[in-house]
Amino acid sequence: MKQWEVVIGIETHAQLATVSKIFSGASTAFGAEPNTQACAVDLALPGVLPVLNKKAVECAIRFGLAIGAHVAPKSVFARKNYFYPDLPKGYQISQMDLPVVVGGQLTLQVGSGDKAYEKVVTLTRAHLEEDAGKSLHEDFQGKSGIDLNRAGTPLLEIVTEPDMRSSDEAVAYARALHALVRWIGICDGNMQEGSFRCDANVSVRPKGQAEYGTRREIKNLNSFRFLKEAIDFEVQWQINEIEEGRKIQQATVLFDPDTGETRTMRTKEDAHDYRYFPDPDLLPLVIGEDWIARVRNELPELPQQKRERFINELGLSAYDAATLTASQEMADYFESTVAVAGKTSAKPCANWVMVDLAARLNKEDRDIAASPVSPEQLGGLILRIADNTISNNIAKKVFEALWLGEGATADQVIEKQGLKQITDSGAIEKLVDDVLAANAANVAEFKAGKEKAFNSLVGQVMKAAKGKANPQQVNDLLKAKLAE
Amino acid sequence: MIHKSLKQLSQALAAKEISSLELSTLFLDRIERLNPEINAFVTVDREKSLQMARAADARIAAGSAGPLTGIPIAQKDIFCAEGWTTTCGSKMLANFVSPYDATVIEKMHRDAGMVSLGKTNMDEFAMGSSNETSYFGPVKNPWDRSRVPGGSSGGSAAAVAARLAPAATGTDTGGSIRQPAALCNLTGLKPTYGVISRYGMIAFASSLDQGGPMAASAEDCALLLNTMVGFDPRDSTSLDRPVEDYTRELDATAGDKPLAGLRIGLPKEFFGAGCDAAVMAAVQEAIAEYRKLGASTVEVSLPNSHLSVPAYYVIAPAEASSNLSRFDGVRYGYRAPEYGNLDDMYMKTRAQGFGGEVKRRIMIGAYVLSHGYYDAYYLQAQRIRRLIANDFVEAFKSCDVILGPTSPSTAFKLGEKAADPVQMYLSDIYTIAVNLAGLPGMSIPCGFASDLPVGLQLVGNYFDEARLLNVAHRYQLATDWHNRRPADIA
Repeated sequence: MKQWEVVIGIETHAQLATVSKIFSGASTAFGAEPNTQACAVDLALPGVLPVLNKKAVECAIRFGLAIGAHVAPKSVFARKNYFYPDLPKGYQISQMDLPVVVGGQLTLQVGSGDKAYEKVVTLTRAHLEEDAGKSLHEDFQGKSGIDLNRAGTPLLEIVTEPDMRSSDEAVAYARALHALVRWIGICDGNMQEGSFRCDANVSVRPKGQAEYGTRREIKNLNSFRFLKEAIDFEVQWQINEIEEGRKIQQATVLFDPDTGETRTMRTKEDAHDYRYFPDPDLLPLVIGEDWIARVRNELPELPQQKRERFINELGLSAYDAATLTASQEMADYFESTVAVAGKTSAKPCANWVMVDLAARLNKEDRDIAASPVSPEQLGGLILRIADNTISNNIAKKVFEALWLGEGATADQVIEKQGLKQITDSGAIEKLVDDVLAANAANVAEFKAGKEKAFNSLVGQVMKAAKGKANPQQVNDLLKAKLAE
Repeated sequence: MIHKSLKQLSQALAAKEISSLELSTLFLDRIERLNPEINAFVTVDREKSLQMARAADARIAAGSAGPLTGIPIAQKDIFCAEGWTTTCGSKMLANFVSPYDATVIEKMHRDAGMVSLGKTNMDEFAMGSSNETSYFGPVKNPWDRSRVPGGSSGGSAAAVAARLAPAATGTDTGGSIRQPAALCNLTGLKPTYGVISRYGMIAFASSLDQGGPMAASAEDCALLLNTMVGFDPRDSTSLDRPVEDYTRELDATAGDKPLAGLRIGLPKEFFGAGCDAAVMAAVQEAIAEYRKLGASTVEVSLPNSHLSVPAYYVIAPAEASSNLSRFDGVRYGYRAPEYGNLDDMYMKTRAQGFGGEVKRRIMIGAYVLSHGYYDAYYLQAQRIRRLIANDFVEAFKSCDVILGPTSPSTAFKLGEKAADPVQMYLSDIYTIAVNLAGLPGMSIPCGFASDLPVGLQLVGNYFDEARLLNVAHRYQLATDWHNRRPADIA
């Protein structure tokens, strides 16, 4: 069997988080009664004209700067002409030949643990355009309803080069892009509401072949899971087709989440001729250096910059740094924790945030922003581990107590519940002596070469200490005594 | 009263010689009497008009009137006016009542306190030079009712010529103000592109469309222009410029050589073959008159002007094919009464809702924008457009205004050119280049040929409307062509 290589490029439509629409003053809020957020311009009444929303442009500039792209000093809005009931003007205002953002890169982590690797995806372009309305096919008995609330919502269409080589890479890209657009505040990233939708261009070719295979475009994937499932199905389908001697036809396909299959929507033959031409109602979009400079000054520290800082200044691994910068909220939480616990505890802070806190949040399906344990509380807790006031095991108890609101600070919980670690060597020695005296059998087993017996003795000591004895001291003392 | 200038009407209103209610009633009565024959108006709403007149009278009484408060005007049916049926001369919009005011309408109603007498007939979606493409039937030229009034603002031109209104609004994409003004003995001005807001003016070809006034004299046009212009944040192509008073040069006292120092450019391409001899003779007489007024003439050249009609008939239909896509039967306007699926609804709606000329231009436009033809037609036409604009830039280095005939002929017979689109397109041969360049242009009456009016075109440099109006005004002080009326319009 031949070895196949998968080639994927992704186009993403990110709804921009502006208050009003891209070419009108109507609100972009989601979920209003149909057609209550569509003004004369959105309805395309005779005689109305578009006026560009500068906030949408600012979002595009932010994005361009965040991915290190070229922000075009002059870009042009064009009309994409086609008829559809939810497209009121009979054309969509978009950008064709001269987009606002050109080039750029996104660095992502693919996989986890030992298999994790870094991948750089090159972006082709990003351009501004307006969203269409929605056709409602239910509730109208043989007719369709049209809701134009979404018509004119600003979109940034973000297009990559065909750089991805697996569905995992595609998903990692989509996740990184999703995190970035939320990070820089240009998109709320709500995939259920359609704020962030991906199209995947998928093709396969024999490994080593230079030319790309014929691609098929999977439209409108609105979850990372669907993105992965759709690509996996599509790849297998294409390989089967080719291996059975059939040729792939360029086509647009839809993914059905219920069956997990893709099906052809239209082929190249029945593709539209959109008759693009520059929109004479809008002047070319001119973006001066001063505007770019102002937006640059307002940009927060970007995930990539933060990642590098976490690695260089805090000594974190690339994987930890990437995980902690998956969202602004996560990164903020981590940094606030480190601010209290100290930079020398950065690694334990990372572990607590990524492992213990994440697991607890996951269990209750909560967002990190809604964590009952604040980063200050967690930082205080980690401080007490670092200064040997408590052990890691006791710390987990304290964390749970903080989670349940049983104390305002780690110190309070430790104090109230008497969890302070016993580090007095005399006290520990007494405990060790008692245990050794009471467990002669274990001692004999150990001396006979059974290592396990040692662990059992440690357990007995810790039990006697109600878990509060310093584990290292217990270990050392036991070893010393048994060696006598 | 019906022959008075806007300035005279304004004075009469201010002096309480007549109320706006009386004045408006006077014109509404004339419309009721004469419109069935002329067909200049497609919508009249007496009660609405009289309501505006009463409001204007209140403003006059309160002492808060502006120079045009209470003065009646006819509105080309391309301007959306709140509560008014706004058809654009098409079956497609025959039932469309606009829920909003165009900026021009808003300025006239709200700011100036003018009284709209109704909506005037026009070529369907402003596509035509004879007013014969209107769904509401052709307009008759008041000078000869067997002839066309010109187009597309033919209803506005006929309304003013028949004194059914003292003035009217028009729009001009390739000559639609100037050519009907010429054919109906009116003064009409198309300003520099971007001076008057296009918001609410139903788009034909967005990069060429420009509204403007049509009236008996340059002075009337200057007063109207003052109310129509201004930056509009709702129109991205509207220009943000300092406010100016377009009447400012008109009242200056000048000797018998008021235009001394003015250099008039005569493009040799506008004085060659293709123009009726009688039209040319009237234009030559006007040139002689201008020399008497102190102006000098200089020959200039617009070497690419022969390309203006072909370039226009690529660019304008291209934009129109897209602009008219919104008329799909989904949200408003005409929808075919019976249809199968969605595509069938689109096709039947547009096949039944649009007339022949509109469909022809949509097809031309879709063709020149389509894949594989775009470069050869649309881009090439845009290149020609730049060449034409550059021709004017060159010409204005040696002159202040450019002069020539507005139209190669006087009003032609109804039906004479209806079957030959190319002949019809050539009616605009002298006016189209001005739109392609975005320059201001005027037509003023300059005589008669076989009892039919002849128009003189004056083209100014960008934003030179005030000078253009003054050049027209000085001629009108020395001649009386613009005061002539059809024999039976008393």
